[in-house]
Amino acid sequence: MRYTFFLYSDETAFADASQEDIAQTLKVYGTYIRALKDAGVFVDTDWLQPSMTATTLSLKDGAKRIQDGPFADSKEQLGGSFVIDVPDLDAALAWAEKCPAAQYGTIEVRASAMPEGGNPYAG
Amino acid sequence: MDRRFGEVRAKADKVARASYGRLIAILVSNGADIASAEDALADAFARALETWPKDGIPTNPEGWLVTVARNRRKDAAKSAAARTASGSLDDEDFILVERAAQTDMQEPDHFPDRRLNLIFACAHPAIDAQVHTPLMLQTVLGFQASEIASAYLMPGPVLAQRLVRAKRKIKQAGIAFSLPEPDDLKPRLAAVLEAIYGAYSLDWQNNQNCDPTQDISSEALYLSTLVCELLPDEPEALGLAALIAFSFARRDARIDQQGVYVPLEAHDVSRWNRLLIRRGQTMLAKAATFKAPARFQLEAAIQSAHCDRLQLGKVDWQVIAQLYAGLMAVAPTTGAAVGYAVALGRSASPQAGFAALAAIEGDQTKGFQPYWATRAYLLRQAGYLPDARTAYEKALSLTTHIPSRKWLENELENILQENY
Repeated sequence: MRYTFFLYSDETAFADASQEDIAQTLKVYGTYIRALKDAGVFVDTDWLQPSMTATTLSLKDGAKRIQDGPFADSKEQLGGSFVIDVPDLDAALAWAEKCPAAQYGTIEVRASAMPEGGNPYAG
Repeated sequence: MDRRFGEVRAKADKVARASYGRLIAILVSNGADIASAEDALADAFARALETWPKDGIPTNPEGWLVTVARNRRKDAAKSAAARTASGSLDDEDFILVERAAQTDMQEPDHFPDRRLNLIFACAHPAIDAQVHTPLMLQTVLGFQASEIASAYLMPGPVLAQRLVRAKRKIKQAGIAFSLPEPDDLKPRLAAVLEAIYGAYSLDWQNNQNCDPTQDISSEALYLSTLVCELLPDEPEALGLAALIAFSFARRDARIDQQGVYVPLEAHDVSRWNRLLIRRGQTMLAKAATFKAPARFQLEAAIQSAHCDRLQLGKVDWQVIAQLYAGLMAVAPTTGAAVGYAVALGRSASPQAGFAALAAIEGDQTKGFQPYWATRAYLLRQAGYLPDARTAYEKALSLTTHIPSRKWLENELENILQENY
C-alpha cells in the first residue's frame, strides 16, 4: 500500500543555511533515500521552498482568491514529502521513524485512498 | 614550507583531538561559558597554524593553546567591557580566576583534568535530554556540529541551533561546572551514561557509507572509558564501558563481504578483537566487585557470555537466559523480553520461547522487528514453516537496516526450500 509522509518542521533553523549546510542536508536525506531504494519501497520525494514563498488559490467563495503565504500559519510548516510503498502502517511507521525529519519535526503518515491502479477515469 | 605546514597541521589536529575537551574544560572552569571557550580555542588553533611552522611546535602545546585562548578571552572581555561599560565586574572576576589558574599552567604534568565537570554539565537535568549526547560530542571531543548532525542523519543547521540554545541555557541558567553532590551523583551519572550510550547506538546504516558515523559511535568507547578513569568506583560506568567494548570487539564480524548481516552466534570469531574483549572482561570483573548489578552490567554480562564462545566453542544459552531474566527484573524493556525468549528457545525448547514471547503485551509487539524475527525463528524451529514464512515477511517489512533485510531475505529463501 502507498503511504505519504508529510514532513512538518520549524523552518527557522534553515533561515541562513550555507551552501555546505544544504549539501550536508542533501547528503543526510540521500542516505535515507538510498535505504528506501535498496529496500525497494521508494516511490517519490520532494523538498519544498520555505512556506513564505507559498501562494494559495481558491474558488470556493465564488471568486478566485489568490493569497501570498501558506495555507495555515503555524510554527511547524510543511517542508517536504515522501511516498513509499509498504505492506502496512506498522512498516510505514518503521520507515517514518528513520526519516531525518522525525528528529526535528513531525511526520504525518497517510495511507493512499486512490483505487488500485490509479484513478480509473484519468486515462 | 608546505611539508612543514602539513606536519604542523597534523600535530595541531592531534592535539585538538586528544586535548580538545580538556582545554575547553579548563577554560570553562575558569569562568568562560562554553560558546566563548570554543571561540577562544578555535582562535588559538588558528594562531597555532600560523606561528608553529615559523617558531616550531612548543614543548607543551596544550599549555600554549590554553594561554593563547585565555588571552583571546581577556581581549574579548575587555572589548565587551568597553562596549557595555558595565562589563568591568566580569573582567575583574576573570582576572581573579585567571590568577588562580596560572599555577595549573606552570606544571604541565599537573594540568588539571576537569572534563568530568564538563561532562556532567552537558548531561544536566535542566538541559533537554536530546541534546546531552551531541553537546558532549562537541564540547568534550571537539566534533563540528555538522559532523555530529551527519552521524544522526540530521540537517546541520537544526542541530547547530539546538547546541547554541543548550549552551546559552547553561550560561543563562547558571549551570555550574562543578561535580554533583554525593546524594545527587547516581541520577546525574545515569544521565551521563545514557548520553554515552546514545553515542554508541548511532549506527543505523553505518556499514554502507559515512565515516563520521563510524568515527562518532566509536568515540562512545573513548567517552565511556574516560568516565571510568575519572570515576573509578562506579559499577554502572564500568558496565557501560564493558558493554561498548564487547560490542566494538565484534564490529567487523557483524556484516559479511556481501553486505549481509550475520547473527551473533554465526560470527566468524577470527574477526573478533580479542584485546577489546579482554578489556571488557576486566572492566566487568571490576564492576562485579561492587556487588551492585544493574542494567548496563547485566547487558555487558550477556555480551560477555556471547564472547565466551571463543573459549567454549559454543554459546551457553542457559547462562544467557538467566542473565536476561536478571535484566528484565531491573530494566523491563520489550527488547530484554525478546532476548529472553530467544535464549529460552535455544536453551530449552521453541515452546518455552513461545511462552516467553506470548507474555509480551500485544501493543508492544506490533511494530517491533526483533519480536517478529524471533517469532519467525521459533516457528521455524518448531516446524511450522508457513507461519514462520508469514512472520519472516512481517519482520522484513519492519526492517530498515539494509544488511538485516538481506539476511531476512536469505532466511525466507531458505524456508521456501525447506517447505516445498
